[in-house]
Amino acid sequence: MHAAIQAEALVKRYGDVTALDGLTVDVPPGTVFGLLGPNGAGKSTAVKVLTTLTRPDSGTATVAGHDALAEPALVRRSIGVVTQRAGTDPQDTGRENLVLAGRLQGLSGTEARSRADALLARFGLSDAAGRVIRTYSGGMARKLDVAMGLVHHPPVLFLDEPTTGLDPAARAGMWTEIATLARDEGTTVLLTTHYLEEADQLAERVAIVDRGRVVATGTPDALKSDLRGDTVVVGLGPDDDPARATSVLRDAGAGEVTTEGRALRARVDDGAQAVPALLAALERNGVGVSAITVARPSLDDVYLRLTGRTLVGAVEAEVAA
Amino acid sequence: MTTLVPHTLHLTGRHVRGFLRQPAFVIVTLVQPLIWLLLFGQLFRGIVVLPGFGAGSYLEFLAPGVVIMTVLFSSGWSGMAFIEDMDRGVMDRMLSSPASRGAMMASSVAYTGFTTIIQSLVIVLVAVASGARFAGGVVGVLVMLVAAVLLAAAFGSLSNGVALLVRQREALIGFSTTLTLPLSFLSSAIIAREAMPGWIQTVATWNPVDWAVTASRSALSADPDWTGIGWRLLGSALVALVLTALATRAFRAYHRSV
Repeated sequence: MHAAIQAEALVKRYGDVTALDGLTVDVPPGTVFGLLGPNGAGKSTAVKVLTTLTRPDSGTATVAGHDALAEPALVRRSIGVVTQRAGTDPQDTGRENLVLAGRLQGLSGTEARSRADALLARFGLSDAAGRVIRTYSGGMARKLDVAMGLVHHPPVLFLDEPTTGLDPAARAGMWTEIATLARDEGTTVLLTTHYLEEADQLAERVAIVDRGRVVATGTPDALKSDLRGDTVVVGLGPDDDPARATSVLRDAGAGEVTTEGRALRARVDDGAQAVPALLAALERNGVGVSAITVARPSLDDVYLRLTGRTLVGAVEAEVAA
Repeated sequence: MTTLVPHTLHLTGRHVRGFLRQPAFVIVTLVQPLIWLLLFGQLFRGIVVLPGFGAGSYLEFLAPGVVIMTVLFSSGWSGMAFIEDMDRGVMDRMLSSPASRGAMMASSVAYTGFTTIIQSLVIVLVAVASGARFAGGVVGVLVMLVAAVLLAAAFGSLSNGVALLVRQREALIGFSTTLTLPLSFLSSAIIAREAMPGWIQTVATWNPVDWAVTASRSALSADPDWTGIGWRLLGSALVALVLTALATRAFRAYHRSV
């Protein structure tokens, strides 16, 4: 079967900024595919190109069997798009927004109304159907955004940071909805996120995006198992010298030691076995340890390995900038 | 192309619903022209002794001028709705859906036409209640509405096109104010052509705002100059068509910039 979404060597520049630098992805039909990376990595630009909102400077893109550059009108009929911004009219009610979206997608009045009611029921918004969006909570508005993308039963759905700004309960609800879409309805979902848990939970395959290109693709498990062993994170005491602690850990057999503020991250073959030896070595050399944790490799470790930065660090650096 | 008409209807419906759900906005759009009418009507009351103002009161002279000025100012803001849609993400969602671009432009123009008609009728009613008498009657008022809607279509499209290019409230406000105020004072909206300096008369001849004012005032008079009205309406229609077409093309520029 052909890929539902195929992007080949996409390049997009805005002035001096290169947003996409040869991005290539291949999304099999009926799967949830995650584009993972910090803000500014090029995920949203990739979505804009694939949803025909903008044209790349070079490269090709095929979505739902249509060339996104040559046949944008055909692509637009086959996709649902939920972007980071709302996309609903705050002065219109939930039902009016859905009916309008349905009519613009070519549904008849009757079809559009019954589809709107079905979606409102499915997302638990039936009671709020007649209220204007301005009065919706963040979680309700987000659900309606997703419903808007589904009015015409699109085979391909784009979700750009669908849970950003949602509280944990609303996020969990959204995750359930997204998982159902692909599993029960065969919808291909391209999801962008900077939340590792989100990609880990939902996506069958993940592409890690850094500076406008894909640096790794695979199932979350495959990406993680490429990393040998476990991650040990050591929290240092206030008087410790991170450089000294680093060399102690290296001497004790830990690999890939990196520093982040007052924490050190290192890789060991077997965490449970290594921790007592590492602690003993640190103590012998007079390094005080405030905390030590062992973790199975996460996508964050994969990201660190590939880009030299942790995803959390990259996101925080952006917030600070 | 087959989607143009139905999409225009659906999208115009959305604009009209939004208008009716903002009572404060509805009141402001109606109160503002009345202030113009009653304030200028009092301020320049004595001006009718000058040549060119005709036999009636200044209020009768002023009413079509205020109608056209109001239409010009309101339609100049039309692009603000586009910018709100951009900020909110509605624009991007529409542009990645099969929504017709022509319909997005046409529905905005239709909505501006709708508010234009309401505003114009209220101004006429208040002028009549204040003692103005329009010899041209119902036909005269209808011709004025046509002139007003054509002008609204032209400047509403222009405002939308500029909104798509600049994508910023401040820039659009600057553009709109810089354009609409001089254009209304370079027309016979509040002062008779004969009372203008020569160079302003020349500018006014080529100013679509003056075409709309002159056609409306003539149609409302006892002795309309139908040939002059016809040419001016035709000119306005052409300007409206060209500007709507150009503004629709501005969607391409928007696609390039996002």
